[in-house]
Amino acid sequence: MMNTSPLFIKNLCIGYPGLNNHVLFDNLNLSLYNGQLVCFMGPNGIGKSTLIRTLAGAQKPLSGEIKGIGNKNVSVVLTERVNAGMMTARELVSFGRYPYLGWSVRMTEADHSKIDEAVQQVRIHNLLDKSIHELSDGQMQMVMIARALAQDTPVLLLDEPTAHLDLNNRVEIMNLLRRLAKENNKAILVSTHELDLALQTADLVWLATSQKSIRVGISEDLVLDGTFDEVFRFKGFDLKTGRVKQEPFRHTGIQLIGDGHAYLWTKNALERNGFHIDPNSNLTIKIKTTTEELTTWTGFSNGEKTFLSIAELLSALINIIPNAQSLKSVTEIK
Amino acid sequence: MKLSFKLLPVLIIVGSLLLLFLVNISLGSIQIPFTKVIASIFSHGDGHDTYYSIIWQLRIPKAITCVVAGSALSIAGLLMQTLFRNPLAGPDVLGLSSGASLMVAFVLLLGTSAASYLPVVSPWSLALAASLGSGTIFLLVIAVAHRVRDNTSLLIIGLMIAAASGSFVSVLQYLSKAQDLQAFVIWTLGSVGGTNWNEILILVLLLIIGGSLALTSVKSLNAWLLGDNYAQSLGIDIKKSRQKIVLATSLLAGGVTAFCGPIAFVGLAVPHLVRLLVPTTNHKILIPMVMMGGAILLLLCDILTQMPGSATILPLNAITSMIGAPVVIWVVMRSKGVKM
Repeated sequence: MMNTSPLFIKNLCIGYPGLNNHVLFDNLNLSLYNGQLVCFMGPNGIGKSTLIRTLAGAQKPLSGEIKGIGNKNVSVVLTERVNAGMMTARELVSFGRYPYLGWSVRMTEADHSKIDEAVQQVRIHNLLDKSIHELSDGQMQMVMIARALAQDTPVLLLDEPTAHLDLNNRVEIMNLLRRLAKENNKAILVSTHELDLALQTADLVWLATSQKSIRVGISEDLVLDGTFDEVFRFKGFDLKTGRVKQEPFRHTGIQLIGDGHAYLWTKNALERNGFHIDPNSNLTIKIKTTTEELTTWTGFSNGEKTFLSIAELLSALINIIPNAQSLKSVTEIK
Repeated sequence: MKLSFKLLPVLIIVGSLLLLFLVNISLGSIQIPFTKVIASIFSHGDGHDTYYSIIWQLRIPKAITCVVAGSALSIAGLLMQTLFRNPLAGPDVLGLSSGASLMVAFVLLLGTSAASYLPVVSPWSLALAASLGSGTIFLLVIAVAHRVRDNTSLLIIGLMIAAASGSFVSVLQYLSKAQDLQAFVIWTLGSVGGTNWNEILILVLLLIIGGSLALTSVKSLNAWLLGDNYAQSLGIDIKKSRQKIVLATSLLAGGVTAFCGPIAFVGLAVPHLVRLLVPTTNHKILIPMVMMGGAILLLLCDILTQMPGSATILPLNAITSMIGAPVVIWVVMRSKGVKM
C-alpha cells in the first residue's frame, strides 16, 4: 500500500524576514505520513516552534513550498496558554469546528458529533463543564488536543505538549498521541525535549542540527551513529546506556549478587553514591527476595549484617567508608 | 430547565431596560405625574400641551440618547477588550475618547473662531471628526501594542496617549475665546441632554453600522480569545477582521463622544458587569447583552444625575466614574493583576 503524505515541504527556508533575513532552517525537504508519530527534537532556540508555526500557516516561509497547508488539513497545539476568562473546556474544544462554520458560528449535528468524538478519544468527559482556569496544566493540554482533534484534520502539529508536565502526564500525552497515530491514522508531529520518552514512542525522529538542517531517522539509528550526541553535546548523560554518567568517587568496588529489579535499583543507588560494581571485590552484598516479596540486603565481607532497605544499607556503607577510602581500610575497621 | 436558566438573565436585562427607560422619562426638574407621562407618550399632542413638549422634546430624546450611547460605548469596550485580550481596555482608557475630544475641540473651539475659513459646524462633521480622531488613536495604540506584548505596558501607553492628546486640548482651550470655552468645558463633563433629533438620528445610524460590523465579526472575535496564532490556525483573516473591528469601534466611540462628550468608564465596566449575569465568552450572546447592559447603565446614571426634587443636574461623568472606578478595582483584584 502506498502511504500518502498529507503534508510535505520542498526546498523550504524559514525564519524572520528583515534587512538581512534571519534564516533558521534552509532547504528543508520533509514529509509527514499518515499513521506516523514524528518527534521533532533539537536544542532550545534552534527554531522548532517557528517551523511548527510555519507548517500551521501562522507564519510565512522565507521561500520554498509547503503542500497541504490549510485549516481543514492541519490542526495545531501551540505553547501559548489560552487564557480566556470564564470559557469552559467544552467551549474550548468546540473551537475546533470553526473552520467549518459560517460567520454566525451556528453548529450542526455533525459538528456536535465530531466534538463528542474528539472528547471520547482524549477521554476528558469529566472536564467538559469546568472553566478552563480550573484545569491543571496536564488537563489543559488534553483539552487543547481534543480541540485539535475536533478540527478533524489528517495532520496534527504539537509544539512542546509535554513541557511543564510531570512524568505521569508526559507519558499519558505521548501514549495518547501514539494511539491517535495508530488508531486514527493521523500524521502527528510533536516537538519535545523529552529525550527518553521520544526515543521510546516516536516512529521517526526529526533532529534539528546546527547546520540549519534537519536529520531524519529512526531513533535507535540516530543514537548509535552518534547524531544525538553531536546535536545535544550531552554533559554527563550517556545516551547509549540511557543513564546519567556517575563518577565512582569513593574508589570502592562492591560485589553485588542478586537479580531482577532489586538488583538494578540497588546498583543505581550504589553508583549514585560513588561506589562502583566490581565482581572481584571482597566487599559483597547479597540481595534476597523472599516469597513474601520481602527484600533483604546482606553484607559485608563476611556477611554478618542484614538490612531491610537500600537506605539502611547505604547509610551503613557510607558510615564505614566516609569518603574516598579503599577497601583495605574497611577491613582494618572490621 | 436548561432553557429557563439561560432565559432568566435575559428577562432581567430586558425588563430592567424597559423599566429604567420609563423611570428616566418620568423624572426631571419639572414633576410630571406618571399617568400624564404615559398619556403624553401615546397621545398626538397639539404642541400647546406643556407636558407633551417636555416629554417629546426633552426627555425622550435624552432617554434614547442614553440607550444608544450606552449601547455604542459598551460594544466599543467589549470589542477593545477582546482585540487586546485585556480586561481593562476601553474607549476612554486607551485614549479613543481623548482622540475624539481633540478633534471635537478643533471643530468647536477653532470652528467658531475661524468660521470664515471652515465649513459650518454640522453634527455630521462633528461625528466624522470625532470618529477620525478615535480611529487615529486606535491605530496608534494597535501599532504600539504590536511591539509591547504585555497588558500593563499597553495600558500605561494608552494613558500616556490620552494625556498627550489632553494636553493638546488644553492648548486649544487656552487659545480659544471665553464663550467657546464654556461650551467645550460643559461638553467634556459628558451629557446626554443636549442632543436633538437630528443628532440622535446620526447616533442611531452609527450604532447600526458599528453594531452590524461587530455582529458579523462574531467568529473572529470568539477565535481571538485564543490568541492570534490559534485564530489564524482556525481560518480567521486576522488583518481583515482587525480592520473591521477598528472601523466599528472608531465609529461607535467617536460618534458618542461627538454628541455626548467623553463619557468615562461605561465601555470598560459594562462588559464585566454583563458577564457577571451571563457568564459566557461567546460574542454572539455578549454583543446584544452588552448593548442592553450599556443602555441600562447609562439610563441609571442619568437618573442619578437628577437630584430628586430640584433642578440641579450633576455632571454625567461624575456618576459614571463613581460606578466605573470600583468595577475596575474589582476586576484587577479578581484577576490578581492586569490579565485576562
